[in-house]
Amino acid sequence: MQCQICNKNDATIHLTEISDGIRTEMHICEHCAAQQDITIKSHIPINELLSNLLAVQPTDDELSGPSEQQLACPNCGLTLDHFRKEGVLGCQHDYEVFEKSLHPLIEKAHNGGTTHCGKIPSTTPPDAKKKMELLNLRRQLDAAVQCEDYELAAELRDKIKQKEM
Amino acid sequence: MRLTNISNDINEWFNGSGPLADIVISSRIRLARNIDGHKFLSRCSNTEKTAILDELKDVLMSLELGDKVFYISVDKASALNRHFLVERHLISRHLAFGKGPRGVVMAQREFFTAMINEEDHLRIQVLKAGCQLSDCYEQINRIDDTIEQKVKFAFSPQYGYLTACPTNLGTGIRVSVMLHLPALKMTGQIDKFFNAAKDMGLAVRGLFGEGTEAVSDLYQLSNQVTLGLSESNIVSQFENAIIPEIIEYEKAARSHLLAKKPDILDDKISRAMALLQNAHLISSQEALFLLSHLRLGINMYKYMGASTPAIEKLHTLCDSVHADKTRQVTIATINRLFMLTLPAHLQLNYGKPLDPNGRDALRAKIIRSTLNQDS
Repeated sequence: MQCQICNKNDATIHLTEISDGIRTEMHICEHCAAQQDITIKSHIPINELLSNLLAVQPTDDELSGPSEQQLACPNCGLTLDHFRKEGVLGCQHDYEVFEKSLHPLIEKAHNGGTTHCGKIPSTTPPDAKKKMELLNLRRQLDAAVQCEDYELAAELRDKIKQKEM
Repeated sequence: MRLTNISNDINEWFNGSGPLADIVISSRIRLARNIDGHKFLSRCSNTEKTAILDELKDVLMSLELGDKVFYISVDKASALNRHFLVERHLISRHLAFGKGPRGVVMAQREFFTAMINEEDHLRIQVLKAGCQLSDCYEQINRIDDTIEQKVKFAFSPQYGYLTACPTNLGTGIRVSVMLHLPALKMTGQIDKFFNAAKDMGLAVRGLFGEGTEAVSDLYQLSNQVTLGLSESNIVSQFENAIIPEIIEYEKAARSHLLAKKPDILDDKISRAMALLQNAHLISSQEALFLLSHLRLGINMYKYMGASTPAIEKLHTLCDSVHADKTRQVTIATINRLFMLTLPAHLQLNYGKPLDPNGRDALRAKIIRSTLNQDS
């Protein structure tokens, strides 16, 4: 993609501005960004990231009905407003209570990742562990097929077969 | 254990040893965990925080790490001691200057620390010299398994280990390396490194300085994505793709300096030597900036056989400065000066508080006596 200002260099900086509900995008090169006094922060404070993410999501009415917005977690009392201000959740149950609001945020923060693919606690009973591992492998298989990495997909398919036996 | 037992030397992961240590100073992996059934810390009373602290402290103090393990109550520690632990990279600022009952369990040789009641109930980390991320993960995973035999952590099959901030969710892993990138800075390419890191979804911050601008040319590079990838995926991405690429960038910049801009290189190294050997007042920022250039010169001689006039002179100085071989100037000496001349280290080793002017004088004196012939 070419820079929208100089039409010469590759656009390496992609800006999205949302103002009064209207979204505008700009794709420019580093040189033109410097001339326009646009500085790129390489480290955005976590609270800023969270409130930005929550702010650009669809309104609660569109997404989850008014319920989540007004809800307080029955275990810890946290509301979405608290979360916006503090940037941290109040207890493990918040992930279920506010799932609809948190899910898009989680997806964005983890580059599209929404399901755990890593370590399973060593104390998990063998049956449950096997189920989780299989689920895990199937997710990885789906991802491999989507990326057209058929070599990895074949490897994962074999692993799944072995585990199912 | 008293902190003064460790404050007058550097630990083994900061001594310039380990694989690829000319560029990768150290490797660190930390895991974030919360105890199942307890609220996260922002919603805990001090009584609840004490209960969490007591439970985790007991388990951690019984770990067999092949080293002495001790506990520091951070909320009761003096401000100087807390600053010292932060300078030493043993605890975070969040733990040092947070609120309520909190503490750290650490191995005396400083390769392992466990922060209790930081942002999450527990954050354990393993550190090693040079590029040794796989070994760090192997060790921390074993420690995590041992802790899990006694403590049930909050975990969901969908989201993995549940953390107070959704940005740490899943594996709860933060993989980081401390990098020395002076040539990328000197050749004006450090922004390219920042942008490349950002494109790869990594976070960069300057160490021993303010913000991302690292006065010492030391940067910490770490992953941000913790969900949707396995721990071994994240570690291997670092070891096999990210780190080799950055090392190539920095090496290319060093070769470029040597071939095309030896005057600039020599000027930086000569100025650093002259100032460090002669200054009577030196700020922490200036010392870090100049020591970084000495470190570059020593490594370029050692790993690239570089022999510009300033590098030759630096090499002669390193070899001859002290008749006593154990006091010769090496990368470990430079790293030692990096750490031991930081404000809290200076004051802890001096035995009493010093005003900024007093610190600048003491810092200059320590550096002069290390870099001048038997002074």
